[in-house]
Amino acid sequence: MKRLNSRKPGELRPVVVKAGVIEQADGSALVSLGRTTAIAAVYGPAILHPRRLQLSDKTFLRTVYAMAPFSTTERVRPGHSRRSTEICMVTRHSLEPALFLEENPKAGISVYIDILQADSGTRTAGINAASVALADAGISMRDLVASVAVGKVDGEYFLDLEGKEEDVTKCDIPVAYMPRSKKVTLLQMDGDISAKEVKELVNLAVKGCEILYEKQKQALKERWSLK
Amino acid sequence: MILQEQYLLNLASKGERIDKRKPDEYRKIVVEKDVIEKAEGSARVKIGETEVLVGIKMDTGEPYPDKPDDGVMIVGAEFSPVASPGFETGPPKEDAIELARVVDRGIREAGTIDTKKLCIKKGEKVWLVNIDIHVLNHSGNLIDAAALAAVTALWNAKMPELKGEKINYEKRTKKLPVKSKPITITFARIGESLFTDPNLDEENVMDMRLSVAVKDDDNICALQKGGIGTLSLEEIGKVLEAAIKKSKVIRKTIK
Repeated sequence: MKRLNSRKPGELRPVVVKAGVIEQADGSALVSLGRTTAIAAVYGPAILHPRRLQLSDKTFLRTVYAMAPFSTTERVRPGHSRRSTEICMVTRHSLEPALFLEENPKAGISVYIDILQADSGTRTAGINAASVALADAGISMRDLVASVAVGKVDGEYFLDLEGKEEDVTKCDIPVAYMPRSKKVTLLQMDGDISAKEVKELVNLAVKGCEILYEKQKQALKERWSLK
Repeated sequence: MILQEQYLLNLASKGERIDKRKPDEYRKIVVEKDVIEKAEGSARVKIGETEVLVGIKMDTGEPYPDKPDDGVMIVGAEFSPVASPGFETGPPKEDAIELARVVDRGIREAGTIDTKKLCIKKGEKVWLVNIDIHVLNHSGNLIDAAALAAVTALWNAKMPELKGEKINYEKRTKKLPVKSKPITITFARIGESLFTDPNLDEENVMDMRLSVAVKDDDNICALQKGGIGTLSLEEIGKVLEAAIKKSKVIRKTIK
């Protein structure tokens, strides 16, 4: 199968990364990959309420993922679903390894991710945006977290599935990766492929993450007028 | 707690475990089928002290618009407060939702249920298969136990008879159409070591786990990384290989 918009198998969709897009937030970012658009805002670190959530040895990281009702063909009912609850959790697990949460015990950092338009790869776009927003908020980090999904269509490995490609792929593997430490922080998969293919696809995703990482850094440099 | 953590980490640095198991060794597995008469299918799985019950209930309903001639399967998980001092009543929380969704993905992607055979009238009426996971005792590694119980229950489920509009739950003759036996294998990382089937003590100190669902033909049908730790590419390869090997042994426990 030819890729949509005449993309090459190992090519990302057109990427836009912008830091500092929400004036009220302590840090924020917008990431779009093709028609998928995610916006992330970071509030904190601040005193955490309710107090029962406070942790005595580290900062409490709250991640909230939500899709706008108008973001897909069929309207999304506002509020939590089982899917969004799982995504909130894996997003938190993807970001936490990059943060020094032990620096501010009892505090809380909230990361809110809104998907404005969904055309596949929303959790990965959300993680990309959240990571830039955390850096934009001046929160100390070991690394940025870049994220992308990969799949296999007609025997070929596709980077960054979009829209209809997701309906025909043999598998869908979202990956998040810390490029400096070379560690995977998100790995999920559904499909039907061999272990060898899983490994090759994860390698492809890592290459995609490395490209996204450069875009993330660029966005932060532009925002803070660094060369 | 901190003492315990140090103890487990020290052991792990030597590749040893708190209960003397080998890194790729499961606790004793006991599988019982047909334990709930009222259910269309059921199974109880014990892995060590961990105990999970899965029941299948069937009903009829509308198919999804994009799959008009496919039966529908729904997986739910209940962490009953019976099972752990950490569980509370109320709607399912993150971990229960994750458990249900990981088990769902394994069964769905492996094509365990032949959903095409569950169509009653295309676009209007199909069988719904409710797979409910009920945790009876949480002593670690719920994912593998629940996945094993779910597949066992499905393979032994019998469909109620349908007469016109009415479902006769008293008369169950035909077997539920099933095709494959996916097995989910979880590895946890403690320190630098990877251990399969983590018990509760190990789960409390692990920084990461990776669950791998393996099909009968050794293909991988679902993956889920859990926890805030990270994985190297080598570790992913290692876990996949070990999971495939282990799945062949565990699959034999399904009767």
